[in-house]
Amino acid sequence: MADIVFEYQVDGSDYHRAGEASRSTKSNLKKLGFPSDIIRRVGICMYEGEINMVIHADGGVAKVVIGLDDITIILKDKGPGIPNIDLAMQEGWSTADAQANDLGFGAGMGLPNMKRCSDEMNIDTVVGEGTTVTMKIKTK
Amino acid sequence: MKLKEIMELLDATLLCGEDKLDMEVEGAFASDFMSDILAYVSDQKLLLTGMINPQVIRTAEMVDMHFILFVRGKMPDANMLALAEDSDIAVLSTKKLMYTSCGLLYKNGVR
Ligand SMILES: Nc1ncnc2c1ncn2[C@@H]1O[C@H](COP(=O)(O)OP(=O)(O)OP(=O)(O)O)[C@@H](O)[C@H]1O
Ligand SMILES: [Mg+2]
Repeated sequence: MADIVFEYQVDGSDYHRAGEASRSTKSNLKKLGFPSDIIRRVGICMYEGEINMVIHADGGVAKVVIGLDDITIILKDKGPGIPNIDLAMQEGWSTADAQANDLGFGAGMGLPNMKRCSDEMNIDTVVGEGTTVTMKIKTK
Repeated sequence: MKLKEIMELLDATLLCGEDKLDMEVEGAFASDFMSDILAYVSDQKLLLTGMINPQVIRTAEMVDMHFILFVRGKMPDANMLALAEDSDIAVLSTKKLMYTSCGLLYKNGVR
């Protein structure tokens, strides 16, 4: 069976619509009959990553690949990149601006939670070029 | 406690989700930080928050919560309510403060 792929353009200028790709993914996974704990983990990982793309990187492309044994979420942006990944992974470390704070984001909890909720996470980032976050959730 | 009992206890207004009034609410979580909700909610189904924007609804949906109670008299707009209905989440609003609302709920068995 071929992989099922969903792809979304995430608009970096619309803070109020951010998260719609994650909602759509959640609803697709429900229709496909995945167990609720898997759907929840995918939802949390993707939503945190999608919000990060909007508040830190002016949007990008979100891709969800449903394979036989796992679900992979790929979030690719052309934002500023992450200068120090170790620091960014620390709970409580954030560079979020006031606009993100107004929405309830910027506690510096997103990346550590994405790591915790996924089975594998990889951050590929180049300062000044962009960031690709890849997360895998095993389904078997 | 049932949702309709919580409504009475906190003098809250139901803004959508009438079908959920008889549902049992066993656990609650309170925060204004979306990432705290995403990181710390386990199986609590009621979210208390004073933050008001569409991300509150999406955040609650991501952790499978069924009820959102806005405190301090915060009122969601039509767009937020439409989002909540679409996500099958009941929305209430109370004039009471966060601390008071949590205290009353805790005292009445919602832990
Ligand atoms: N896609 C990205 N592009 C550029 N920088 C990023 C990106 N994602 C995260 N960062 C950087 O890493 C930091 C930590 O991210 P994390 O998601 O953990 O916290 P936050 O987004 O600041 O707050 P929270 O997720 O709690 O709302 C961010 O403040 C930002 O500096
Ligand atoms: Mg974040």
